[in-house]
Amino acid sequence: MSTESAPVPKSGVAEDVQQGPRVAVSALVTNLREYGLILALIAIMVFFQFTTSGTLFKPVNLSNLVQQNSFIIVMALGMLLVIVSGHIDLSVGSVAGFIGALAAMMMVIWPLGPFSNPLVVSIICLIVGGAIGAAQGYWIAYHRIPSFIVTLAGMLIFRGICQALLGGGSSVGPLPVGFKALSSGFIPDVIGSLTLIPPVVNAAGKTIVGSGLTLHMTTIVIGIIAVLSYAYFGLRARRSRERHGYEAEPFTLFVVKTLVTSALALFLVYQFATYRGLPIVLVVMGVLIALFVFITKRMTVGRRIYAMGGNAKAAQLSGIKTERLTLMVFINMGVLSALGGLIIAARLGQAVPAAGLGSELDVIAAVFIGGASAMGGVGQVIGAVVGGFIMGVMNNGMSIMGVNVDWQQVVKGLVLLGAVVFDVYNKNKA
Amino acid sequence: MASTILEMRDITKTFPGVKALSNVNLSVEEGEIHAVVGENGAGKSTLMKVLSGVYPSGTYDGEIIYRGDECHFKGIHDSERRGIVIIHQELALVPMLSIAENIFLGNEHARYGVIDWNANETRTSALLKKVGLKEDPKTLITNIGVGKQQLVEIAKALSKEVQLLILDEPTASLSEKDSQALLDLLLEFKRQGITSILISHKLNEINRVADKVTIIRDGRTIETLPKKDISEDRIITSMVGRSLDDRYPSREPEIGETVLEVKNWSVYHPIHAERQVIKDIDINVRKGEVVGIAGLMGAGRTEFAMSLFGRSYGRRITGEVLLKGKPIDVSSVSKAVEHGIAYVTEDRKTYGLNLIDHIKHNITLANLPGVSRHSVIDDMRELAVANDYKAKTTIRSSSVYQMTGNLSGGNQQKVVLSKWLFANPEVLILDEPTRGIDVGAKYEIYTIVARLASEGKAIIVISSEMPELLGITDRIYVMNEGRIVGEMAASDASQEKIMRAIVRGEGKAS
Repeated sequence: MSTESAPVPKSGVAEDVQQGPRVAVSALVTNLREYGLILALIAIMVFFQFTTSGTLFKPVNLSNLVQQNSFIIVMALGMLLVIVSGHIDLSVGSVAGFIGALAAMMMVIWPLGPFSNPLVVSIICLIVGGAIGAAQGYWIAYHRIPSFIVTLAGMLIFRGICQALLGGGSSVGPLPVGFKALSSGFIPDVIGSLTLIPPVVNAAGKTIVGSGLTLHMTTIVIGIIAVLSYAYFGLRARRSRERHGYEAEPFTLFVVKTLVTSALALFLVYQFATYRGLPIVLVVMGVLIALFVFITKRMTVGRRIYAMGGNAKAAQLSGIKTERLTLMVFINMGVLSALGGLIIAARLGQAVPAAGLGSELDVIAAVFIGGASAMGGVGQVIGAVVGGFIMGVMNNGMSIMGVNVDWQQVVKGLVLLGAVVFDVYNKNKA
Repeated sequence: MASTILEMRDITKTFPGVKALSNVNLSVEEGEIHAVVGENGAGKSTLMKVLSGVYPSGTYDGEIIYRGDECHFKGIHDSERRGIVIIHQELALVPMLSIAENIFLGNEHARYGVIDWNANETRTSALLKKVGLKEDPKTLITNIGVGKQQLVEIAKALSKEVQLLILDEPTASLSEKDSQALLDLLLEFKRQGITSILISHKLNEINRVADKVTIIRDGRTIETLPKKDISEDRIITSMVGRSLDDRYPSREPEIGETVLEVKNWSVYHPIHAERQVIKDIDINVRKGEVVGIAGLMGAGRTEFAMSLFGRSYGRRITGEVLLKGKPIDVSSVSKAVEHGIAYVTEDRKTYGLNLIDHIKHNITLANLPGVSRHSVIDDMRELAVANDYKAKTTIRSSSVYQMTGNLSGGNQQKVVLSKWLFANPEVLILDEPTRGIDVGAKYEIYTIVARLASEGKAIIVISSEMPELLGITDRIYVMNEGRIVGEMAASDASQEKIMRAIVRGEGKAS
């Protein structure tokens, strides 16, 4: 046994290497995955800004981009939790399609009287989505049937019901204007618009380029409030760390990060303000993103989901009710799939049998591009959102460029593979 | 006098941080059954892995001379080509393949990659006959019992024209009847001239079949005894006879009232529903007391502890649990934790830690309400708790943000311990708390245990290391084959007494 005392100091040295000034560097390195992803998104946007000769950042196109991709991101929020908990949900596209059909039938075809009101229908649809999630989650959580199989079955079942509900190949519409506002509406300008440059008409009767700039002031105010509160909460968290005697990230890093993020956000807000203001669906999405960031970062239930995905047995032996938690994750997914379905239907203005077809793959790809691990236990909400936007910008940019849909898929596939390979390579190096 | 078939000279094998074998010598004669005995972790299995090439030549020091040649096995294929076949403790059969497919796996009778099933099955039948197994070669492995699976492994060894057969605790999971059959088979092989090395710690088996026995302790050869000198006493003394220095912190036990009492606890196997794993166990532990549960691997100690902790193991659990005299419900982990029971697992990587998360999150996992308000985690409070326990249990890491997967075994163990200390239990069950960790860290763990006892916690320590139990506990239960077979005050106990209780208990159980 005399030889065993030797390794004790050795292991101590190995673990102490990272101390001192390297903390700052390691903080940057640990966040590189997140920053790297955002930088990748910015690079892709700049790329398409050039290749589409400036169309990408045009206010009207930004609104389109948000309206086309919001349902992917909404569903990706639920999918992130599903994947972090070590599962997968292949049924989300079909559930979205089914809910869209259900909503259309309730609002347009079935004589429901006051219950065909868009708001009532939406609430019922979200509850139905939750019930679907519960039905699938029940088999996964309590009978340990692999989620891949349960949700593959769900994918077939709900696509089938969707098509049957719409009576074969037909579509149902048009949907009420109030309902369509969910996707294509903009927040009302309660403050009033501000005309910066009045439109100037030249001799030929055409408006001169660069004139006629009106700002949606409510949008501007909301943007400024959002940026200020982002900076305030960031500063407050720093203060709290320092007050408790802990090292915060270097101040310069914090300032640069906050300034860059704020500048980007204000630029986008300004672009929206020059058009018709913030799309309603963007506001809904923003609130949901903030909520899920809070749940995953700060709430006990979020922490438990990560623990369950990281090591289900250890989580169970720590007193976590893993079955119930899994069920909740799938109920959440069901509700968000239903919301995704409502957004799709509202954007199209009608329910079609192919609504949401294949979108489960875009949703799952967004989560994996965002750095989640297929083994569970790893993944960030912001990552999934950025991953969703990367997919969305590529769709949008390539469409404007006139790239064939077939080749768009090839490019998206390569980006997904590249992102995950990059991730695994980085992990192995560390 | 037969010739020497195998000679292992001065074998030394080092793992990072641990010297598993140091200058081990083993000499086996042609045609004998040579038993190798030693405590868990003494180095028996490591020695056999060196021999069979699992640890390839070059990763250890020393020489292996087999049939007069010095051998440098690069892998298991090299040793098998020379007729050395090892059958591991955990059987290496593919459950959903048939007996014939398993026996010739990787070695199929085939032409151009197309398998000749008739040839395989005919040969399998012949082999099964040799080992006395009456089963269709097409039967799936999953449909036959462990005893028969063991025989399939042996048949597989025979198919490789085995000359030296190594069995690593072959009867550990077999019933009495299957064990007898297996031992008879070894004797039959001996008559046919096959040499066997039998690793076991069941002394009655060794007495029955072995021609010689080599005792290994702490990675060293203690002695080799010929048949006439094999006796229980001699083997036990050699197996456990190490000095007890100041490897354990001293403490003054202050023992109070009974905290936890378990009565008539019975548990059945989760899959083999008819097999009773835990049989009518009664134990108790008092305030400030450290109670040990001794026993060999497979005695049912972990199964007992996990079944107690929220029914995390087994089926048809019956019995009563009393906390300070009142019956309590421990039917789920969260209920057990609420009643102040904590179980620190023996397998920290599988059952104890989220290896892909950092120390801070692992420490607070069993008591998240303790760092949150209205289900919202207070990050600063959590950080303070993590740093507090990091200091208390002397976890060595750059910060509490280090991934637990990158920590050494000792530090991982301290994280698991911290997690349960933060849950503030009254009864702490520690299952093999020092397994696979170095001597320095062991001492620190013992110190923590002593401090907890002095703070009035009731502690149960399950350990296969008898010196450890003698060093840190006040009272010891001895468990074997699912029963308590002895109880003694630590001051009266000795390793011989514990071994005797285990060995005596061996025959009694069915």
